[in-house]
Amino acid sequence: MNHAPFIWAAYAVGAVVLLWCGLAPLVRKNTIRRDIRRLIQLEEVERDSHA
Amino acid sequence: MTIEASIDAGGAASTGIEAGAGSMNKAFFALLRRDLLLAFRRRTELLFPVIFLLVVISLFPLGIGPSPQLLARIAPGVIWIAALLATVISLDGLFRSDFEDGTLEQFVLSGHPLTLIALAKIVAHWLVAGLPLVLLSPLLAIWMNLPLDSLGVMIVTLALGTPILSLIGSIGVGLTISLKRGGQLLSLLVFPLYVPILIIATAAVMAASDGLPYTAFLGLLVAGLITSLTLAPFAAAAALKISLS
Amino acid sequence: MNTNATTMTKIKPRKNWLVMFIHKLGSPPWFYNFSGKLIPWLWATFAALTIWGLYLGLYVAPADYQQGESVRIMYLHVPAAWMSMMIYGLMAVMSFIALVWRIRMMEILMMSSAPIGAAFTIIALASGSLWGRPTWGTYWVWDARLTSELVLLFLYLGVIGLHNAIDEPRKAARAACLLALVGAVNLPIIHYSVKWWNTLHQGSSISLTGGSSIDTSMLWPLLIMAVAAKFYYGANLLTRARIKLLEQDMRKGWVKNVVKEQTS
Repeated sequence: MNHAPFIWAAYAVGAVVLLWCGLAPLVRKNTIRRDIRRLIQLEEVERDSHA
Repeated sequence: MTIEASIDAGGAASTGIEAGAGSMNKAFFALLRRDLLLAFRRRTELLFPVIFLLVVISLFPLGIGPSPQLLARIAPGVIWIAALLATVISLDGLFRSDFEDGTLEQFVLSGHPLTLIALAKIVAHWLVAGLPLVLLSPLLAIWMNLPLDSLGVMIVTLALGTPILSLIGSIGVGLTISLKRGGQLLSLLVFPLYVPILIIATAAVMAASDGLPYTAFLGLLVAGLITSLTLAPFAAAAALKISLS
Repeated sequence: MNTNATTMTKIKPRKNWLVMFIHKLGSPPWFYNFSGKLIPWLWATFAALTIWGLYLGLYVAPADYQQGESVRIMYLHVPAAWMSMMIYGLMAVMSFIALVWRIRMMEILMMSSAPIGAAFTIIALASGSLWGRPTWGTYWVWDARLTSELVLLFLYLGVIGLHNAIDEPRKAARAACLLALVGAVNLPIIHYSVKWWNTLHQGSSISLTGGSSIDTSMLWPLLIMAVAAKFYYGANLLTRARIKLLEQDMRKGWVKNVVKEQTS
């Protein structure tokens, strides 16, 4: 039996899982940054309206 | 309030025990008695885990085929797995009704150690849900064609193991009690913890049917029971404190 | 006035530095800043070690006498399995510290570790399965290590699931910490009972790595990959912890300042 496909498959699974594990939080980070920026904008609008 | 009055009120108030020196034993037995009385009030509900157990065991011959040799080989595992499933199903009721109507918070406020309260409820749970499993096991053994010389060991493993299941399971219940779908998450949480008990108990029964020595396995179960009896109530109490916070 | 000056000079500088460092780590803005500088170095080291390790493992090292080329999966499977257990152990320690001393930073680090540990467990299971097919002929074998890894995966999923199910973040973290601790106490028991179960039912236990000692040409890539995995964990852990901090402290001043600085 040729072992090569199994070796490649194993390392491919490893790469995919580690990539996903590494990148998934960055996606979340963008969403959070957007929310924070919105919060800052709301704050500035409020401050300007009081000024 | 006396215990009788609190039971009439649906158990919503304290059981009339004040914290004080020497009252821990009284508190334990009062709570145990209360839980048992409450459980026996709805006698039909007591039968649900029993019926579930009987149904699950019946499914195996139906799904695998009635060959006596095959059933005999898988009997110890099947009976024990059915016991695990039945325990997890009945565990959810361990703290839930008291949690929902606020009685649990009353117990915490009563000043008695939460560990003791947890232990009393676990004992009540085992008497109501675990003990019937032990008593039913001869019937299950006959259905699954378990060799009769290992029946004694099977009963002993269930008698030693089902309390461990209740004890360890109570920790999972304590953690999930405040969740809406707590019951489903509960099985995921406790099954990995149940794996050693399953392995050792079935190993004991299989050794007995093969005529091999089995006392070492039973010794391990005894050790497991003593360890969980001393440690699990503390963990369950800690879990309840987190859930109530 | 003089006594104050003399007591201050009596403090040993080295002890002061370490204690201060640990204290600073507990402060979210300082941790955010410090870890942000550290992360690129961790990634760089991970990349370098991985390339070196893969080069040694996939090209330089010889095939196994008994297993042939499939032994090369070992350089992925064994480090992943080691990481899955090490991370759970670290989670248990962090859980203990978080529960006893109520340190929020520890809660965040613990919860950030869980998905990484689960990922390594999945890699260990998948690579073990793919290793088993050419070696033993089947994709799944209930051997001691794979079965233990599977139960470990369930433990990880339980911690992650419990944490996600509770809404209030600190309550969720405390519940998950308690569960992780209970799991950690049970883990040796589970591990040994599975090992024992395997010998009971299969006679001689066959291990993928074999009982004999490993040749140095295979040991080196294995160790390099193991160290590389730790750098991956460090980089990913800090990344996730920073993001959780941003999320939890969204309304606090330091977060707004950080985001303002980044967009400017």
